[in-house]
Amino acid sequence: MPKREDISSVLVIGSGPIVIGQACEFDYSGTQACKALKAEGYRVILVNSNPATIMTDPDVADRTYIEPLVPEILEAVIERERPDVLLPTLGGQTGLNLAMKLHETGVLERYGVEMIGANATAIATAEDRGLFRAAMTEIGLAVPDSGFANNLPEALEIGERIGFPIIVRPSYILGGGGTGIAANRQELEEIAGNGLAASPINEILIERSIAGWKEYELEVMRDCADNCVIICSIENFDPMGVHTGDSVTVAPAQTLSDVEYQLMRDAAFSCIRRIGVETGGSNIQFAVNPANGDMVVIEMNPRVSRSSALASKATGFPIAKIAARLAVGYTLDEIRNDITGETPASFEPTIDYVVTKIPRWAFEKFPGVPDSLGTRMQSVGEAMAIGRNFPESLQKALRSLETGRAGLNCDPGEKLYDAMSDDELVGRASIGTPERPFLLEAALRRGVTPARLHETSGVDPWFLDQIMRICEERDRLSQLGSPGPLTRRDWRKAKRLGFSDAQLAYLWSVGEDEVRSARLAARTRATFKTVDTCAAEFSAKTPYHYSTYEDADEVVPSSARKVVILGSGPNRIGQGVEFDYCCVQASFALHDAGFETVMVNCNPETVSTDYDTSDRLYFEPVTREDVQNVLDVESASGELVGVIVALGGQTPLKLASAIPEGLVLGTSPASIDLAEDRERWNALCSRLGIPQAPGGTALSTDEAVRIAATTGYPVLVRPSYVLGGRAMEIVYSEDDLVRAMKAMAASGSLGREGGLSAERPVLVDRFLEDATEVDVDAVRDGDGEILIGAVMEHVEEAGVHSGDSACVVPPPTLPQEAVKAIEAYTRAIADALEVRGPLNVQYAVQKDPDGSPQVFVIEANPRASRTVPFVSKATGVPLAKVAARVMTGSTLAQLRAEGMIKEPVTGYVSVKEAVLPFDRFPEADSVLGPEMRSTGEVMGIDATFGLAFAKSQLAAGDNLADGGTVFFSLADRDKKAGVSAASGFLNAGFTIAATSGTAAYLEQAGVPVSTVVAKVTETDAATDRGAPTERGAGADRGERDVVGGVDAVELIRSGKVHLVVNTPRGRGPRADGARIRRAARQYKVPLLTTVAAAKAAAGGVAERAKQPFTVKSLQEHHGRG
Amino acid sequence: MTGPGGALAGDGAGLAWRDGDGAGLAWRDGMLVLADGTAFEGEVLVPAPRGTSPDVPDGPARGEVVFNTVMAGYQEVLTDPSYAGQVICFTYPHIGNYGVVPEDDESRRPFCRGVIVRELTGRPSNWRAVETLGAFLQRHGLWAIAGVDTRRLTRCLRDEGSMPGAFGPVDGGPGGFDEAGLLAIARAEAPTNGRDLVREVTCSAPYTYGEGPYSVVAYDFGIKRNILRNLASVARVTVVPAGTPAGEVLDMDPDGIFLSNGPGDPAAVEGATATVRELLGKKPVFGICLGHQILAQALGASTFKLPFGHHGGNHPVRRLASGTVEITSQNHNYAVAPGTFEGGVDVTHVNLNDGVIEGFACRDVPAFSVQYHPEAGPGPHDARYLFKEFAELMQRTGAKPGRTGSFEPAGGNNA
Repeated sequence: MPKREDISSVLVIGSGPIVIGQACEFDYSGTQACKALKAEGYRVILVNSNPATIMTDPDVADRTYIEPLVPEILEAVIERERPDVLLPTLGGQTGLNLAMKLHETGVLERYGVEMIGANATAIATAEDRGLFRAAMTEIGLAVPDSGFANNLPEALEIGERIGFPIIVRPSYILGGGGTGIAANRQELEEIAGNGLAASPINEILIERSIAGWKEYELEVMRDCADNCVIICSIENFDPMGVHTGDSVTVAPAQTLSDVEYQLMRDAAFSCIRRIGVETGGSNIQFAVNPANGDMVVIEMNPRVSRSSALASKATGFPIAKIAARLAVGYTLDEIRNDITGETPASFEPTIDYVVTKIPRWAFEKFPGVPDSLGTRMQSVGEAMAIGRNFPESLQKALRSLETGRAGLNCDPGEKLYDAMSDDELVGRASIGTPERPFLLEAALRRGVTPARLHETSGVDPWFLDQIMRICEERDRLSQLGSPGPLTRRDWRKAKRLGFSDAQLAYLWSVGEDEVRSARLAARTRATFKTVDTCAAEFSAKTPYHYSTYEDADEVVPSSARKVVILGSGPNRIGQGVEFDYCCVQASFALHDAGFETVMVNCNPETVSTDYDTSDRLYFEPVTREDVQNVLDVESASGELVGVIVALGGQTPLKLASAIPEGLVLGTSPASIDLAEDRERWNALCSRLGIPQAPGGTALSTDEAVRIAATTGYPVLVRPSYVLGGRAMEIVYSEDDLVRAMKAMAASGSLGREGGLSAERPVLVDRFLEDATEVDVDAVRDGDGEILIGAVMEHVEEAGVHSGDSACVVPPPTLPQEAVKAIEAYTRAIADALEVRGPLNVQYAVQKDPDGSPQVFVIEANPRASRTVPFVSKATGVPLAKVAARVMTGSTLAQLRAEGMIKEPVTGYVSVKEAVLPFDRFPEADSVLGPEMRSTGEVMGIDATFGLAFAKSQLAAGDNLADGGTVFFSLADRDKKAGVSAASGFLNAGFTIAATSGTAAYLEQAGVPVSTVVAKVTETDAATDRGAPTERGAGADRGERDVVGGVDAVELIRSGKVHLVVNTPRGRGPRADGARIRRAARQYKVPLLTTVAAAKAAAGGVAERAKQPFTVKSLQEHHGRG
Repeated sequence: MTGPGGALAGDGAGLAWRDGDGAGLAWRDGMLVLADGTAFEGEVLVPAPRGTSPDVPDGPARGEVVFNTVMAGYQEVLTDPSYAGQVICFTYPHIGNYGVVPEDDESRRPFCRGVIVRELTGRPSNWRAVETLGAFLQRHGLWAIAGVDTRRLTRCLRDEGSMPGAFGPVDGGPGGFDEAGLLAIARAEAPTNGRDLVREVTCSAPYTYGEGPYSVVAYDFGIKRNILRNLASVARVTVVPAGTPAGEVLDMDPDGIFLSNGPGDPAAVEGATATVRELLGKKPVFGICLGHQILAQALGASTFKLPFGHHGGNHPVRRLASGTVEITSQNHNYAVAPGTFEGGVDVTHVNLNDGVIEGFACRDVPAFSVQYHPEAGPGPHDARYLFKEFAELMQRTGAKPGRTGSFEPAGGNNA
């Protein structure tokens, strides 16, 4: 049936900030949905707190509310906009939960808003464990049995009922303590006993263990006429036991016969029909016993998911876009398949290639967190690769990850495994870790049998055999000794198994260029095939390509003027959706300006890898070799204007030198180097008269110590050419410095990413204490005109990574003279670097003894920064689009005349707040530092700084209470500043609690403290189960008195505290106070770790007490709606 | 904790891990050449010398090249008699991943002439597997070529239409060929048009299958076992050779008559159309694939050859009665020409990709048929209701079930 005419407006809920488990795949799905609904003529109202997304760009929806995703705010939006329907299935779990809340509290009914896509009953049936089990049993599908027990007899009873082996998981514990697998009643008795004791609420989940079973996913779509189709089947490389988001996954399913596959397909249809998802996409997970084919349903997501994003990119079938259209009444057969242009969407894609997705983790950012994978997702991003067989797609995916690896070993990174014994390799490969594929290859290459590895790891023999093919080919190539003897058939065989030129160069100890030229001389070059949903049965209209080594190319020569945009690869901490936003904006802007746009990227979660974002998409690793292949084919016809490397973060920027000089658009590679080269940069600053913190570059620990001796401590040490403050540290003594340098050298985690070298020295700078940090985003054009996008003042002081700090536009406290100086310096730097395109400069502003501000430049980067999307939304100036146009020759004056650049909008305050993943890493301390650890961001917009800040906290998940108790535990150096924060809360009607030392200081300063407690020390570790022992370094002896027998953790646990302000004390590894922070996190009490943030929060709650939050769309803020 | 998978047959052991190439296969540098001169590089697997299959030519492999887009189900495709005379190119690159399971064979042996793949899996993995695909090919004397740019080949067949081709080793070794030789052989290969391939595949004597309540006579034009399995849940099936005269069948007085799938050109199947014309109106008739085309011919319609046929498991078909879409398994090169029926026929199913008639029903006589494969094997189960409709048609026309029993469509492999 055609689309519904009885509705005219649709409310879409986004998924909020990027967090682990819910990333930019929902930007992709939300953007697709908004665009599709708008194209159908509906008025689309979008609510999402995440400014770094394409979907929150003001031209994607009709009304865009960048507001906190909480029920009260949603109600305010609904009251204001009166949408006819709510589409809850495209905003991840956040969107779904919020929609359910609005349903349960009667808001939807009150305003007459209908839920489309999935109704409340369907959502509840899919999400509630008990209801889901009952529903599946009803339709004859098996589910793994489980039950909760609160004591030993209950545990044993459940165990007997379920049958062994059994997994025991204590509820509410940190870091998986107390978990175990019991093979019989006796073992269950012991493990359950331990588990019950480990759980703070004495509860354990007992579940039939299906660890080691094969894991599959099916992506299902259903329309309102009950037509069902499977879009994609996915098989996990890692067996059950590793979260699917943390598993290497492969599409399509590889080891199921058609007989088995069709049974699974039938089960999937029964499931979606029984759950009652009326229209749209769902993801259903199955486990299959490899020994006898028994199949169980694991779970069902009644919404678009991470896997549907993967399935969409893997097949070319745009699940989110189709789901949105199905929700408004279309049936699948009424929708065209975009790719063929002729056949309907009511079919099942069939593919003629293999897709491999590999997650990217960030364990190196969280010292103390073990890198073992389990049922809780820990990865922060993923890369996908397409090849004509599994080995090729696996090796391409591994080099796409950008973890310094050139493929599946056969590169310098493999040396790590050479030192291990066979048993160690096998042992390590037996559990899921980021290293598992490499360990398996290393073991197989040594002759460990696939049978043994299958036995210990549970990885299917088929995958092991495919890895074996890589080992065997490597042996053969190694015997050939050099590129010389290879025939065309030899080259083709090697490349078809996914070997990169870099791997072959390593194998033969020759240069990568030598491999490439020998290969080309032997007439072996990459060919590009098309993703077309139908295995070439119909001709494809959509130019979505991947490389492989075959006879024929399918890229259609084009005579247009073309611009290649290099994307940012897999999301990671420090380089996330913000850069995808920039690349996509560039693609849109350049397409509009008449260029043909060509995107190269390998991240399946993104908008940039949607086949209709650019004129042509190459789903390829963003590496030297793979990019060169694209440039070769794109240069073959038409005019290749150039390559944009400045918008995708460090990934493409690092490739600038590998691209023919004339092709790099925007700022020259020489200037990019000048900004990174410490010596030359220092010389430049001193020539321009711009103050810097004293410092230098070191290639060795000795050098670093010498530099620190001249600058004085504390010093900030960081490697060059990294994003996100990777391995960055503030050190307060020589001992610390030596330790930090060691951590960065070859043996440390950074060593694996290439280690230190003359090209990658360590920067050592005097750390400016108590300074305010400032970020500037600007664009300079070819005529030398400079557009300052915004001057952003950070809430947290310098020393907290800018990506983890809240920042504010316009600057709330910076004196006008400082802003003026910053703008002047920015212009001088942009001119000196001859920037053409985006520029980000970071400053620190310190107060002189006489009170006048002193501005120091920290660093400048002639590329788009992660604040570009935030600035664009805060000011209404589309900075990324402007930068892209400027890099391709337009001037700012022209863009102003076109209307792209309007006067920046003023009249409100925008706050960007970081969202941190500490809930996923219970072992890590949640304090902020110079190494960036946030995964995402939110934006709060309101009339004043206080309100905007409070909104940003609410959006980030910390709802500041209207009243109650604020608990302070401050480092000595923060105590003075803490007084104003505490009195701020006092005036807003809060009572104050504090540790004894802090309390003494506050009372002396005239702030009454109602409750005084002891600080936690190692002596009462027993009260805080599961936490590692704290050494008490720098602990303040004066705070050890227990007042009233209650300590800080107990106070937090009691639920009487509504906000915790704990600043890390002491110098050195700021571990002290970790218990308090951990307790705050465990009992879900909002936590602030800087006094600056506390002050801002006090201001926020005070203002909010006077007036409630109001909501307003971005279009209204920008005066363009 | 048994899922539906627990009902599958299999020895539970799977294939033991083997060192080296699972089947110890010797691949030789080879080439595939199409009749239009297009050539493809690859490695050829020459069947071991054997004298038991007289219809396997000495080489090179030759036949009409068609492509199939299923991602799983290669064994069912290879053993489907409808591929007699053809060389099959699989578009999915990894073929052989889960080995070979005897229960999944669709007939007594493969009738196709050769297999073209990108990759033939040496060491499969599945608990049901008892043999590698390579060993299966060797056992049946079937030629294979791997390493081919199968996507280029598919695009070529899509754009130019199915055409004959030949492949063999070109490594200068014994029994080898060269490009010119292969081209000459490809060009000499007769097209399927006008050839009666059914006689190559039909059974030589009648046999019975199943214990369902009705009695059905099934004409074997190349019948797939999964059709028998599905019919068996409805009927006791007597399978008869393609040339069985109508009178003989009517003498058996079955409740219904089934016309099976089969290879090649429907217009060339000797006598079948006349036989069906004799049967029409006397007994309920249900046809699938070639059976559908022969029924159409009996009703006066003509057939035509599609450019490259439908071979896959993902074709959307609209069931006009309900408007719903079913995803279907397809394997045919010919189709019923629209507008050529003499009347009294309603089109019931239409292919949504290209509008091909996928099913029809007679108004005046109890007969209906579909072009696609409701029995699946391989492919989706969406259209199994058709076997139930056949049972209902038999019931409506007065047949009395021989014994009581409720109808349930058969499982995927062995009923």
